[in-house]
Amino acid sequence: MFDKVNDSRRGFLVKLGMVFNGLVASALAVPVGRYLLSSVTRGRSNSYLSWVSLGQVSDFPEGETRLATFKNPNVTPTDGETAQIPCWVRRVEGEQFQVFAVNCAHLGCPVRWFPQSGLFMCPCHGGVYYRDGSRASGPPERGLFEYPHKVDNGLVTIHAGELPTPGPSAALNGEKPSCV
Amino acid sequence: MRVIYKIGEWFDQRLQLAAPIREAVEHPVPRNTASWWYVFGSAALTVFILQFVTGILLALIYVPSAGEAWSSLQALNHDVTLGWFIRALHGWGSNFMLAIVLIHMVQVFLFGAYKFPRELTWIVGVFLLLVTLGMAFTGQVLRFDQDAYWGLGIGASIASRVPIIGPVIVKLMLGGPTIAGATLSRFFTLHVFVIPGTLIGLVALHLLMVLKLGINEWPMPGRLVRRATYVNEYHELTKKDGAPFFPYAIWKDMFFAAMVLAAVAACALFFGPFGPGGRPDPTIIQTVPRPDYFFLWLYALLSLLPPSMETPALLIGPVVVIFILLLLPFLSGEGEKSWKRRPIAVLTVLLIAIVLGTFTHMAETAPWSPHMNAWSGDPIPQKFLHGSTALERQGALVFQAKQCRNCHSLEEVGGERGPSLDSVAVRLNQDQLIRQVIQGGGNMPAYGKNLSPAETTALVAFLETLRPVGHAPARDASRAVVLEKNSEATSTQP
Repeated sequence: MFDKVNDSRRGFLVKLGMVFNGLVASALAVPVGRYLLSSVTRGRSNSYLSWVSLGQVSDFPEGETRLATFKNPNVTPTDGETAQIPCWVRRVEGEQFQVFAVNCAHLGCPVRWFPQSGLFMCPCHGGVYYRDGSRASGPPERGLFEYPHKVDNGLVTIHAGELPTPGPSAALNGEKPSCV
Repeated sequence: MRVIYKIGEWFDQRLQLAAPIREAVEHPVPRNTASWWYVFGSAALTVFILQFVTGILLALIYVPSAGEAWSSLQALNHDVTLGWFIRALHGWGSNFMLAIVLIHMVQVFLFGAYKFPRELTWIVGVFLLLVTLGMAFTGQVLRFDQDAYWGLGIGASIASRVPIIGPVIVKLMLGGPTIAGATLSRFFTLHVFVIPGTLIGLVALHLLMVLKLGINEWPMPGRLVRRATYVNEYHELTKKDGAPFFPYAIWKDMFFAAMVLAAVAACALFFGPFGPGGRPDPTIIQTVPRPDYFFLWLYALLSLLPPSMETPALLIGPVVVIFILLLLPFLSGEGEKSWKRRPIAVLTVLLIAIVLGTFTHMAETAPWSPHMNAWSGDPIPQKFLHGSTALERQGALVFQAKQCRNCHSLEEVGGERGPSLDSVAVRLNQDQLIRQVIQGGGNMPAYGKNLSPAETTALVAFLETLRPVGHAPARDASRAVVLEKNSEATSTQP
């Protein structure tokens, strides 16, 4: 039956119909694809990242490590509590700071700071880090993620906005900020 | 009665479905497949229908918004009449569905049902397993609590390790740069539209093939499958020794399905719904995230693998496993079906079951996780302090205050990340204890920078007392020889 159709004028029209549908479908696929990939394309050239303030320098006692929270710079109306992000702020001395992500460099569980022993411990798989964020023991292959930071008009600010993950994007060394 | 018959006839004249349905349910099946071993497939379908219905019921109240999901679950649990029961049915239904799907898969594997001509039925079944696991993971995320939030972080961390496109996958998965509103909406879409849609399509294909190809006959040792002759042999069998599926075999399916539903309902009634746990507030870091039951084995695996093996195992492992499962019907599409003559098949199933069972069991206590509150919550048992000196007691205080207990247990209380220290003085002498405390090693952090010399002295003094009564302390043999010589030298002196 198909052979007969193929030979006829109508067979040609069916083929033309398919080509026409294919053209329209591929034209529609472009906006659909761009919509689906928007979370990726928007993140190019670090546009998710902004400088956010964690508070006054004087809020952080010298030599201590404190938990600070900041509002995610890319907040959407449905984020609720998830818009607040915690981080560990270590004031080494004076205006010298280190700001660590709470996410363990192994699989992202929240690490806790123990000032008595000067260690960060992860409750999931037992990753441990020293006070300067370097790896002490356990499964993590690297130290804690560190946010790029600066002191601006007496405020501690960090360059944040993306979830730090242990993939290649989170490499500590290199050009990229470590929490990207 | 006559009226109902007439109405039925009116519809059938238009739909013309009665004949094909009758043909389908009354198709002949081999008599010995009317067995209790053949009920798991229909039971899985039954639980899926339960999930479908209870899922729709939950969606009447649930709000898929990161800001409100948790509160809407609380409303379901506490405010809506019997909301807790519907949640419990859905939660327990998911556990039952996964369990039954796994049992079904094992049965089909051991009965050789994946062999010619049912290869595609098996392959669709493998995808059904993956889709069911996908439902379980996305469902766990919709229960938007602390575990869900940090579980997403773990998922993102795993995804980020994919070479080159890792960061892209993370952003696609999260729907943005962080775990937030878009993430939950995304998982809601997957759990409610995309995956169930796929599931329904695959189930339809799976069932269609069971009908078209016939149910796998009861495997007889020695009756081999050959591509050339199997189809004829099967038709001969159903003709000679067959019986209509309805009512000959179906009553067992119906009984088992009802039993499973009753079991789900009983679990829901007695044990109640799962969670939600703590609020999904990332700033509350006093949390110990745990995956749901069916992913506990993965949690154990991630803790026990050497770090260098982790990424390859996570990224290549699943691909290899899925590949083997898909390839299975092509590697052994013919030959023996009976498990009685397939010892490797039986051993493989046993091995996998034991490995998964052991991992799951280990993950229930998670000995690799530090006990975050042991240092302040678990006091040193009195017997270790009886008759101790002031220095040793000071050492005991250091031992507690420096969080040693988070990883080390005394009398089986405390963390199990490191070895129990009940008898550490039998294993390590003073010098070795000092070295271990200060330099760490063997998975222990170095405490050198965080202990003053006085604290180290006190701590080691306490650790040296940790040995069972009657056990000699560890000693440095070479030192003993030197001391002996010295004492000999002094005693022989006039």
